[in-house]
Amino acid sequence: MAAAAKTRGEDRVAIYRLGLWLFMGSESFLFLALLFSRFYLQGVQRPAELNQPLGLVISIVLLLSSLSAYRGETCAVYGDQAGFRRNILVTIGLGFLFLVGVGIEWSEGFHFFPPSTGFGTVFFTLTGFHAFHVLTGVLALAAVLVRGRKVQYGPGSYWAVEGAVKYWHFVDVAWVFIYPTLYLVS
Amino acid sequence: MRTLLSLGLLKGVIAGLAGTAVGMALTMVVRSALGYPAWQPDQVTLAGTLVGIPAYLAGVGAFSAWWGWVLGKGIEEPGGHHFWGWTRYFGADPNHKVIGIQYMATSLVVIAVAGIYQLIARLETSQPGLQFLSPDTYNSLMSLHGIMMLGAVLLGVSGMINYLVPLMIGARDMAFPRLNAFSYWITVPAVFLLLFALPAGGFDTGWTGYPPLSTKAPLGMQLMILAFYLVGWSSILGGVNFLATIMKMRAPGMGLFRMPIFVWTALATAFLQIVFTQFVGIAFLMVLLQRVLGLGFFDPAKGGNVLLFQHLFWLYSHPAVYIFVLPGLGVISEIVPVFSRKPLFGYRLVALSSFGIALQGAIVWGHHMFTAGIEEWLRIPFMVTTMLVAVPTGVKIFSWLATMWHGKISLDTPMLFALTAIAVFLVGGLTGIPNGIVPTDLYIHDTYWVVAHFHHTLFGGFVFPAMAAIYFWFPKVTGRLLNRGLGKLHWALMTVGFFVTYEPMFWLGLNGMRRRIADYDPALGLGPMNTVVSVAAYVIALSMLVFFVNLVASAWRGTRAPANPWRSRTLEWQLSSPPPEHNFPTPPQVLGSPYGFGIPGSVHAVVTPAGGAGEEKGGLGRVSSG
Repeated sequence: MAAAAKTRGEDRVAIYRLGLWLFMGSESFLFLALLFSRFYLQGVQRPAELNQPLGLVISIVLLLSSLSAYRGETCAVYGDQAGFRRNILVTIGLGFLFLVGVGIEWSEGFHFFPPSTGFGTVFFTLTGFHAFHVLTGVLALAAVLVRGRKVQYGPGSYWAVEGAVKYWHFVDVAWVFIYPTLYLVS
Repeated sequence: MRTLLSLGLLKGVIAGLAGTAVGMALTMVVRSALGYPAWQPDQVTLAGTLVGIPAYLAGVGAFSAWWGWVLGKGIEEPGGHHFWGWTRYFGADPNHKVIGIQYMATSLVVIAVAGIYQLIARLETSQPGLQFLSPDTYNSLMSLHGIMMLGAVLLGVSGMINYLVPLMIGARDMAFPRLNAFSYWITVPAVFLLLFALPAGGFDTGWTGYPPLSTKAPLGMQLMILAFYLVGWSSILGGVNFLATIMKMRAPGMGLFRMPIFVWTALATAFLQIVFTQFVGIAFLMVLLQRVLGLGFFDPAKGGNVLLFQHLFWLYSHPAVYIFVLPGLGVISEIVPVFSRKPLFGYRLVALSSFGIALQGAIVWGHHMFTAGIEEWLRIPFMVTTMLVAVPTGVKIFSWLATMWHGKISLDTPMLFALTAIAVFLVGGLTGIPNGIVPTDLYIHDTYWVVAHFHHTLFGGFVFPAMAAIYFWFPKVTGRLLNRGLGKLHWALMTVGFFVTYEPMFWLGLNGMRRRIADYDPALGLGPMNTVVSVAAYVIALSMLVFFVNLVASAWRGTRAPANPWRSRTLEWQLSSPPPEHNFPTPPQVLGSPYGFGIPGSVHAVVTPAGGAGEEKGGLGRVSSG
């Protein structure tokens, strides 16, 4: 029915793109509510036991993953299947590395500021929600990777990759706000 | 039997129940392995639903197209779908008209159940003293009535927008048809959860679910939270879909200021849905996390603050009122010009007033918390913003009045409902002023005054307009007219029943009748008036019974409807009744305003009817004036 879409002057990719932006816009209000809750309940206080080096490392890991995601997308745009696969795999790997880092921080956090304390409540909720979004981002990247085994991405047919990578950037940007809110303000 | 087994709904329910059982069993095994007692209602049922709901959705078939896409299959564009008989209404069908009907039918079922709950509760309060309900049962019935009715309103709003918007803007379908089906099908488990909430112990918090009470309420609370969350996600995804559809799928020539007002209100509604629903979702998830995992959001001993919930809750729940009423107000703006045979007065201002209401409604939430101990300095700003909502709402009211002024008004059933809606909504708005002004609100907060006020806004903004919409568009949906005599009987009973139920509540509230109580002091002398209210509530129920009889009988045996029985000019009426599977075979050419009644030479659109040259099949090819 692509022909029918064409006769109606519909640009499906433009519609998908708008839909994704609207969805990410909506999701950003979720994070806004969580960030608001952190300041409303805890002000700017934070415990000294936060693992600052680890927080910095996982932030860098996540930022780097956006770079490889972008490279993967560019490869898909130019039809370089091998480069696309390699870069997306690296992105997924970095995503998992980030999740492992959050896991380590969690196991330390359970000891120093358990979820039943004031800071623990906001810390575990914020990082938990974000980690869940990272997981969905990994799943989205994995989905376009699996689809890429059957379908050749190339000029004019790379929307799937673009969408997944855009969502990955969104998850990344969310962390750019969460990291200072939890680790840096005081 | 094979047909029955092919129904997505049945497969979904079976898969969902199995998934729930697996999830619950697994949690209980893990709990006993860790040395805890196996049964902990909150955790076990939460795990059950977390497994059960995806299993159910997979059973319904809501994922199959996406899964095929991941495996490399092409995805069908909207309009590429092959349709079949009645079974499509019980499965994940991507056609927007099917989904619209599914939403509306579900909404009516939930309205019926929630209505019955309150009819039972009303019997209890018709006399002072405790008659036959325990206070806990009363509270559960009253709370469930509230939350189920609001859920039903959200479903009804989605139903109307889904069915009408693509037709009105000349599109083949919604922008994301499968997402649309998904949005509908996640509301069905929500309905089941709400039905289970009463046997699971109910909850005694009222529909608002304020902590700390909601963190301690029985299991029913948790089912309500999960249901709320599902309906919330349906609302967000629906909003994304509506916005993308309206922004990107309009027919050639359909500029923003040529859209019917209903589409404008749908646009404003969708904006509110995607922005604010997240806040209430997270508020209820916080309650859930505190119940299940012991986090401390609302426990002062753990650094929590209950006001956080109220802020997040009302940040959604006040704009939510406009999600509920804006499409209804849009329906009134559609119906009044058609039955007055005059152009809608002040089209541009009415179109923009929807956004005025939406933006204004976003900054007034604090007026729900005047008595809750919010910061003193916040009271006056919230009072002022609240008063300002009257401006865009007034634009709409005056537009309807000016449209009717000197019009050739015909009092057919849809118009009667629209007129009642205007009157009721006006009273609802005016009685909101004392709620929005701090000193008077301190006196009437949590009394029947508030109950009467918001029932006026919801009846005036949703129930009466939705009834008008059903009488108006039923011929388009089914190809048959609703019975006019029964319709007028329904209108008369409902209008009288409504006013006799809710006007006395203002008096009751001012005289000390508090809301959410099963019993009250006989010395207050409120018994007789409460009896009147209860009797009148049953009259509303009777009118709904007439309505349901009319729906079934007319769908089965009603008079065949022509393509355009009301001589309306919007696009959906230029198609056959019911419309063809993919609406417009070729895109209509939109040339002018949809409301140019009586203006010589005014044309809304040129529609090429289904079947090519067959003028008689698709009705009017060119819309003439008048």
